[in-house]
Amino acid sequence: MSGKRILLSMLGGVGMAHAAEFNFQPPASPVAHQIYDLHTLLLLITVTIFVVVFGVMFYAILRHRKSLGRQAKLFHENITVEIIWTVIPFLILVGMAWPATRAVLAQKGSRAEEMTIKITGYQWKWRYDYLDDGIGFMSHLATPAEAQRGAAAKGAHYLLEVDEPLVVPTGKKVRLLLTANDVIHSWWVPALGVKQDAVPGFVRDTWFQADRPGVYRGQCAELCGKDHGYMPIVVDARSPQDYAIWLAARKKLAAASADDPNKVWALADLKARGEKVYQQNCVACHQASGKGIPGAFPALDGSPMVTKDKPAHIDIVLNGSKKNPAMAAWGKQLSDTDIAAVITYERNAWGNHTGEVVQPKDIKAARGGKA
Amino acid sequence: MAISTTAGHAPHEHGKPAGLWRWLAATNHKDIGSMYLWFAFIMFLSGGVMALGIRAELFQPGLQFWQPELFNQLTTLHGLVMVFGAIMPAFTGLANWLLPLMIGAPDMAFARMNNWSFWLLPPAALLLLISFFVPGGAASAGWTLYAPLSTQMGMGMDLTIFAIHILGVSSIMGSINIIVTILNLRAPGMTMMKMPMFAWASLITAYLIIAVMPVLAGVVTMVLTDRHFGTHFFNAAGGGDPVMYQHIFWFFGHPEVYIMALPAFGIVSHIIPTFSRKPLFGYTSMVYATSSIAVLSFMVWAHHMFTTGMPATAQLFFMYATMLIAVPTGVKVFNWIGTMWQGAMSFETPMLFAVGFVCLFTVGGLSGVTLSVAAVDIQLQDTYYVVAHFHYVLVAGALFSLFAAIYYWFPKMTGKMYSEPLGKFHFWWSMIWFNVTFFPMHFLGLAGMPRRIPDYALQFTDFNLVASVGAFCFGLGQLIFLYNMLRSIRRGEPAPHKPWEGAETLEWQIPTPAPYHSFVEAPHVEAGENGVIRSLTGGAHH
Repeated sequence: MSGKRILLSMLGGVGMAHAAEFNFQPPASPVAHQIYDLHTLLLLITVTIFVVVFGVMFYAILRHRKSLGRQAKLFHENITVEIIWTVIPFLILVGMAWPATRAVLAQKGSRAEEMTIKITGYQWKWRYDYLDDGIGFMSHLATPAEAQRGAAAKGAHYLLEVDEPLVVPTGKKVRLLLTANDVIHSWWVPALGVKQDAVPGFVRDTWFQADRPGVYRGQCAELCGKDHGYMPIVVDARSPQDYAIWLAARKKLAAASADDPNKVWALADLKARGEKVYQQNCVACHQASGKGIPGAFPALDGSPMVTKDKPAHIDIVLNGSKKNPAMAAWGKQLSDTDIAAVITYERNAWGNHTGEVVQPKDIKAARGGKA
Repeated sequence: MAISTTAGHAPHEHGKPAGLWRWLAATNHKDIGSMYLWFAFIMFLSGGVMALGIRAELFQPGLQFWQPELFNQLTTLHGLVMVFGAIMPAFTGLANWLLPLMIGAPDMAFARMNNWSFWLLPPAALLLLISFFVPGGAASAGWTLYAPLSTQMGMGMDLTIFAIHILGVSSIMGSINIIVTILNLRAPGMTMMKMPMFAWASLITAYLIIAVMPVLAGVVTMVLTDRHFGTHFFNAAGGGDPVMYQHIFWFFGHPEVYIMALPAFGIVSHIIPTFSRKPLFGYTSMVYATSSIAVLSFMVWAHHMFTTGMPATAQLFFMYATMLIAVPTGVKVFNWIGTMWQGAMSFETPMLFAVGFVCLFTVGGLSGVTLSVAAVDIQLQDTYYVVAHFHYVLVAGALFSLFAAIYYWFPKMTGKMYSEPLGKFHFWWSMIWFNVTFFPMHFLGLAGMPRRIPDYALQFTDFNLVASVGAFCFGLGQLIFLYNMLRSIRRGEPAPHKPWEGAETLEWQIPTPAPYHSFVEAPHVEAGENGVIRSLTGGAHH
């Protein structure tokens, strides 16, 4: 393989050092290796065709010119030649189709999985549920907005970093079940050779198996609205031992942080938690300042709904907006405590000083009223 | 020969109407053709300005100029404007201008419908452009308008849907006109298999348009009713299927690709023989290749959807069918090279653009073969590799062939010569900066940059910078073209009756500039292959 790669780099006129910029990312799963080799084969074939065909054409362009005193030969048909140049490309295609078919069948073979993860696309974040172990979490972009606006330095993984990566064991066949909450998203990790659309209302499946430990980065690959560019995917592949340690810790954390829906919270605690929820879920549209984006997303700071009409406020956060579909129904994504916290935060942040506390049981009651 | 070669300024029995009314009520195929071409050029510049907006934002990582919402609106409208506002009307305009002259007809078959099919375009364009200024902004779901994202948008989406309806009606009317003109108004002696290639390409394209534009109209109407009338065509919660949108859209969208490519094939099949001073090689196989591309184009739509999760059997079928298109397309390229082989070539501007077309279109074709392989497409779908691929096919394909056509027929249309040095400069400038803009996008896609993102990770910085510089230079270069055209129309050298030594089709037999009314009486032509005129009798042009 490496001979071919060196040849490819030379074709691109560059040294090996920059290969990653000119070609696929280094493959790290069986399917990704297969895709890499197949693409290399296709590239060699197409570059050869290009050189041969254009060799002939440029020979004609250079030699068969009027300015060289050529007289045109007026032939305009040759059945033999035409049959040859129909059949040969056809045979080349048959030659390509054979390895291509094998690769397609390998990609589609998601059976005999050793673990299953359900992936749900949201505008604009991913949720991962480990179906065998009963844990699940959201994964958000971790690059701060200041870096995007040029107010802070951009780190090495600018826009490709998340707060909670998908952690998987190496050497295990991981089956992915994909769906989406709102619009179509596409889960893509180049090094693992996976790209699969997540379609709302349907479940699709695909699989990968990481060869070696490492952090593999990708992005949503289907236009899914305004923050489509801010939906990175990070897969952290660990050795089975390290994975087991992570899993145990994660399960313990999940048990510890499960909220009691009947707990009565103090304003300050709820507001602090609500700020975090707001930063993860609301800030993209309504902005950190609560001012929204005029014409597109309403301001929360000073809004009558947020300062006065509490039932309407709870309703729109739980069930979304009838008028503006961009306002999602958060009741499906967030727990009662998180929703209570974010509403409490919004009613007490910026210039809003209602002093009101919305408790988790209020949300539970509001949900009951709707169901 | 009854055709006078000096009659351009002879008295007209029914002359042209004067003033604004000449254009508003135009029924003359040349006037309407000119309006189409100017309209397309204005839209080309508008769509180009949007593209430069995109490239300005992508010049470096971070958000500099636009919010992500506006960035998405720019990418969406850039696509829609270029496809429906620039490329398609430009080809219809050329067909209007040239078909009657090429086949010896007095005008298009339905002259008044022709007026309508043009005048539907400006209101549709206005709807698209004013949608930027309505609450919520223009459509921002990409030119494909995938549901359910498109059901989320504000009223800009409704304006876009209406604009598509109007544009669709216009192009269907234009197509009916082209088909009827070609089938019924050919001069005696010009049989189907003796028609010029551009007539064949326009005929087949027109059939494609009639077949698929109603499909597009249907699918956007379904989006409209999902948005406002409570239907659930694309909402799984109501029993619909979001992926069905993609199937219907691409059943239109894939033939649409060939609607923008086949006329280009026709144009190049005129220009290469002319400047090679040889007949087109393999006329018959060109006709059959064009037809089989058109037929195959209906069977490959789902190759745009390899990542939606279709079963392996479907992936394999669409992969094989897609790969197969390379065969007739290859035949066409080989025929063009066969035409050049042992010719006596000269390289005036139209020939430069035609040869540039062949080179770059082939690059786009070869990256298309790579994309056809479903297993590899999984990595490349929705990346900049695809953006590179279709710009090689659409800019270097459709746009370069349009430039070639304008330079080639400009003398016949206006009676003036364009400036050859400016034309050559325009070609080389466009050729260089086109490649600087789009070739690095192959690398961006391979390395993993998704398309339609307003901001990107740092490893994509260098190539984006190169592409943005290229785009601005390419865009600037198109002003050279505009200047050359305006300058030449006003004070260009008078063009000779037949400016190109090797041009042999019927339109070169009439005076220069082409008179307002040509072929009032049908000429009797004795045509050889590819519309090359062997002899000609009769055919008063006014």
